[in-house]
Amino acid sequence: MMETNLKVMSQSQLAKAVLNESGQNVNLCYQCRKCAAGCPISYAMDYKPAQIIHAIRLGLDDLVYKSKTMWLCASCETCTTRCPQEVDIAKVMDAVKITAVKQGIKPTIPQVASFYRAALSNIKMFGRMYEMGMIVGLKMRTFELFKDVGLGMKLFTKGKLKVIPSFTGALRTWKIFNRVKSIENRESKI
Amino acid sequence: MTAKYAYYPGCSLHSTGSEYDISFRAVCEKLGMDIQEIEGWICCGTSPAHSSSRLLSLALPFENLCQAEKMGFKDIIAPCAACFARLRTAMYEANEDAEIASQISEALEKPLPKSMNVLSPIEIFCNREGLAEAVTKQLPELKVVCYYGCLLTRPSKVMQFDECEYPMAMDNLLRSLGIETLDWSYKTECCGGALAMTRTDVVLKLTHDILEEAKAVGANAIAVGCPLCHVNLDTRQTEVEQEYGVQYGLPVFYFTQLMGLAMGLAGDKLGLQKHFVSTDGLLSGV
Repeated sequence: MMETNLKVMSQSQLAKAVLNESGQNVNLCYQCRKCAAGCPISYAMDYKPAQIIHAIRLGLDDLVYKSKTMWLCASCETCTTRCPQEVDIAKVMDAVKITAVKQGIKPTIPQVASFYRAALSNIKMFGRMYEMGMIVGLKMRTFELFKDVGLGMKLFTKGKLKVIPSFTGALRTWKIFNRVKSIENRESKI
Repeated sequence: MTAKYAYYPGCSLHSTGSEYDISFRAVCEKLGMDIQEIEGWICCGTSPAHSSSRLLSLALPFENLCQAEKMGFKDIIAPCAACFARLRTAMYEANEDAEIASQISEALEKPLPKSMNVLSPIEIFCNREGLAEAVTKQLPELKVVCYYGCLLTRPSKVMQFDECEYPMAMDNLLRSLGIETLDWSYKTECCGGALAMTRTDVVLKLTHDILEEAKAVGANAIAVGCPLCHVNLDTRQTEVEQEYGVQYGLPVFYFTQLMGLAMGLAGDKLGLQKHFVSTDGLLSGV
C-alpha cells in the first residue's frame, strides 16, 4: 500500500497564522481581483495582491514569503476599501510580514524592514519620531549612506528637521513598547 | 480647560510638515477657534507600527486619547491624515474586538476612554459658521486640485469620512472661501507614502502620475491635508522633473495655507517660505 503523509487541512498554516494575527479570513476571497486592479503599486509587484491571497489559501508559504508584494505595500487601503468580501487585504499584508519576521524569514526587500525597525527603535527611544536620528539609523542599517543627502540638507535649511530630539513622553513610550512585547510573548505561548 | 478641541499635531507637524502646524494654528486663531495641544503626546506609530505589531499600533494612539481625556477633552483634532487614520483605527478596533481592547488597556496600564471623537480639521471647518465672512482676499488666479491621498477616507468603514472614491469636503471648504477647485480623477490615488525612504523609484512614478494629471486638467496649485503627501509632491517634485524630463513648478499648499491666504494672512505667517516649490510666482499674479 502506498504510504502518504499528505494531510488534508481545511485551512493552510499560513492562512491560519494570518487569521490569528489579523482576524482576516482569506478563504472568503473569490478572486474578483479588484484588489489587484486598484493597487497603485501592483506594477512593481512580482505577485498581485489577489495572487498572494490565493497562494496563502493554497498553502504555498514559500512562494508568499519569497514574494516582494507585502514589502512593497504602501498601506494605501484601496484594496481593503474595495474588496466585496470585506477582506482587509492591507491587514493581510501586515500579517504576512509579521508572521515572516516571527519565523525568522529574511525580508525580500530588506530596506523596508530596516526602515520599520529604524523608525520603531527611534520612537521607542524618544517617544516622538526624531527624523534626523531615524535617517541616520536607517542609513546604518541599509548602508545607503548618500541617499537623499541633498534633500536632507535642504529640509534642514528650511527649518524642517530638528537637530535636538524631544524626549517628551519618552519613558512612557519605552514602557508601552516593553509591555506590548511581554503581552505578545505571553499570547504566543498560549 | 477653556479650549473646545484637543490638538494632536503628531511628529510630522513638528518637523517636515511644520507649515501645516503654523497655518492650522493661524487659521484657528483667525476663526476664534480654541485649541489646546495634548500634553505629553507621543508618536502614533504610523505604518512601521502596524506593519510590525497590531497591539503596538493600537496602544500608541490610545495613549494619546488617554492623555486628551485626562485633560478633560472629548474632541481631538488630528490634522495629519496618517495620525487621523491611526487614531480612528484604534478607536474602531477596540470597539470591535474586546480582547484587543483589554490588551491595549493592559499595555497602557489604564482603562481606555470610551467615547472620544477624533476629527479632521476639514470636517470641523466645513461645518463652521462664519467662514465666508472671514474672507478678505480674493484669489481669482488659483485653479486648485484637492488631493486627499489615501488615509483621510480609507478604509471607509473605519474612517467614515466623506465619499471614499470621490470626496468633496476639501473642495467644498475651499470653494466656500471663493477659491476655484477643479474636478480630477487623482483625488485619492496613493503617492507611495513612506516608501520614499526606501523605494524612491515607486514614489517618483506615483507622484509623477499625480502631477501629470493635475497639469492635464489645468491646475496651477495642489491642495493637500497630509504631511507625507506634501513631502512627496513638494519636496521631491524637482526629483520627479529630473527623472521624467518634465517641468511642473506646481506649488503644493496645505489647505489651511489657502484658507489663511483667503483670510488675508501673509504668506510668511502661513509658512509658505518653507516650501521647496516656490509659491511666489503664482501668488504675485493674484
